[in-house]
Amino acid sequence: MSWKSRTYTGWGRVHSATSDTARPERASHLSRLMAEAPAPALGNLRSYGDACLNDGGKAIDMLRMDRILGFDPETGVLNVEGGCTLGTLARIFAPQGWLPAVMPGTGFATVGGAIANDVHGKNHHHMGSFGQHVLEITLETPKGKEVLTPGTAGFNATIGGLGQTGVIQSAKLQMLACKGDVMMVTERRAENLDAFLALINGSTASYSVGWIDATAQGEALGRGILEEGETGAGLVPAAKRGKRVPFNAPGFALSPPIVRMFNNAYFRRVPAAGRTTVKPIDDFFFPLDKIYDWNKLYGKKGFHQFQCVLPLDQTEVLREMLKKIARSALASPLAVLKRMGPEGDGMISFPMEGYTLAVDFRNKGRAEDLIAHLGDMTAQAGGRVYLAKDALASEAQIRSMYPNLNDWAAEVAKHDPEGRLNTDMTRRLNLRGPK
Amino acid sequence: MSNENTWLILGATSSMARAFSRAVAQRGHHLILAGRDMADLEASAADCTARGAPTARALPFDARDPKSFEGLLTAMQAQTGTLNCAVFVGSMPAQEAIDADPTLITGTVTDSFTGPAELVQRLAPMMEERGAGTVVGVGSVAGDRGRLGNYVYGAAKAGFHTYLSGLRNRLTRSGGHVVTVKPGFVDTAMTYDLDGMFLVAPPEKVAQDILRACDKRKNTIYTPFFWRYIMRIIKSVPEPIFKKLSI
Repeated sequence: MSWKSRTYTGWGRVHSATSDTARPERASHLSRLMAEAPAPALGNLRSYGDACLNDGGKAIDMLRMDRILGFDPETGVLNVEGGCTLGTLARIFAPQGWLPAVMPGTGFATVGGAIANDVHGKNHHHMGSFGQHVLEITLETPKGKEVLTPGTAGFNATIGGLGQTGVIQSAKLQMLACKGDVMMVTERRAENLDAFLALINGSTASYSVGWIDATAQGEALGRGILEEGETGAGLVPAAKRGKRVPFNAPGFALSPPIVRMFNNAYFRRVPAAGRTTVKPIDDFFFPLDKIYDWNKLYGKKGFHQFQCVLPLDQTEVLREMLKKIARSALASPLAVLKRMGPEGDGMISFPMEGYTLAVDFRNKGRAEDLIAHLGDMTAQAGGRVYLAKDALASEAQIRSMYPNLNDWAAEVAKHDPEGRLNTDMTRRLNLRGPK
Repeated sequence: MSNENTWLILGATSSMARAFSRAVAQRGHHLILAGRDMADLEASAADCTARGAPTARALPFDARDPKSFEGLLTAMQAQTGTLNCAVFVGSMPAQEAIDADPTLITGTVTDSFTGPAELVQRLAPMMEERGAGTVVGVGSVAGDRGRLGNYVYGAAKAGFHTYLSGLRNRLTRSGGHVVTVKPGFVDTAMTYDLDGMFLVAPPEKVAQDILRACDKRKNTIYTPFFWRYIMRIIKSVPEPIFKKLSI
């Protein structure tokens, strides 16, 4: 089996890794690889920090294992290989009336990545996270093939388990019935945080997400736009895609005055009375995918995304965070606020009931300090930082946020006793501990 | 005659064939996926069905075993509508391996030329009878001129190119068509870890190029297109100079 040296980064482009990488195209090749040289899987590298990096080690590129193995149009049960992207599934199945039950912010995420990070989407408050719709996982572990089903420790360690139990060869997913591949989208403005939270809490839409102006201060602190969506049938022109960013943007592109100006215009784009529009489904779920490599807009030093979830009663901490972020003037226009529903069964899954805030910061020295501080605030408030986004948290922070970490590590050790599937993230945070 | 189309894909487990099968499936054509790894072909057949093929079947095909051709020919004859065939088979042992063991030449030529040619030759009368159909033959830029690095593979593909041009001459009389495809470097499992690759094309791009060539009834295409110019230069080098080069 052939290996090739490859240098790659997470989506934030702050850290990079060089790994000998194999790219199996058949299930039998993957089995052979895992028997000969077990290694963690790579998908489309959409996790931001170091969750997908294995510097100096080996890695298995799963993108060529992307086939649909079966679909039952009666029940909506889909059997699919781990390297297939969710965007592909949406494109194929939405016109037939089915969607992946959970769609994260990018259609480039693979099924394997969505399971390993137990991703959430704009319907978390109703549908929970990706793992809650997985019916079966076929895993290639260093000890051989395993088939996992919900309710077992192995399954719960794999959902959100950062690929540490094995490489996800294929999975059976319960798809969600939808009316078609069109979205009815209602956008409403909220002039400050209290108004925003009231809107969010009152929302009954199937899909909802808030854009928050992370530069607004004073009276306008926490202002934003709530987007609510429902699937529908109809005819709108298909989403155009495939634009590329030709080079790394210069630093001033995201300087504070420009971001403030942009955010102001973006906020006022929606009339004060709100509006309803009809969009292709991709535009609603994957707005940023239209620019294939938008991460280059942050310049060659890359960026960090901070994403936390805070319990529902910790809105004052949320307000404090927004104050600090606004005062730092480091945030980019990309900032999201959303309410999450109850947690699922993943032992170290991120989602839990509360408000989740995600903010992008260009990679500058002060940003790292700010993110460390926000991490401490999250830990003290009983919240969590999202490992799929993280590159900066400390071991102590993560241990206090994820109390099941030791149980998870013990279960993982049953599947990968020699730690062959460790990544830069699991080493940095000593996740496979317990030390 | 109906508008139904069936594509027989020889060597359907290859990266390029997989991409082409998907593109054909999206058009709503029937598929017969032929190759040796049946488990993998079954997976691809399911994939093609999900992507729009009304039917997709996996059947065994071994270029070195003419007995395996019977089942394919019978299955094709049973299909209604237009019959098409795309040949993606071929094998490229390292030239050094062939130098060490010249008996490898027979297998290389069988995989890359005579095996699929025999099957296509037996399919041709069915296509003539129905007065339509396209044969896609995937050759290689390596067949355009014999080079130090892979001249046995190149010779097999050159033979295949000549075969395809003759078959085109024949099938065009009954309304059929033959497209000769000469891919440059394509990002497949076969080339994944080769050194010295440049301007590497994804298989999806090659598949789209092939499909467009079928629609426009092109005779010979290079994919990506610029390989036509690269090969024109390589072919124009006078032999007294070329024989001393190692490109």
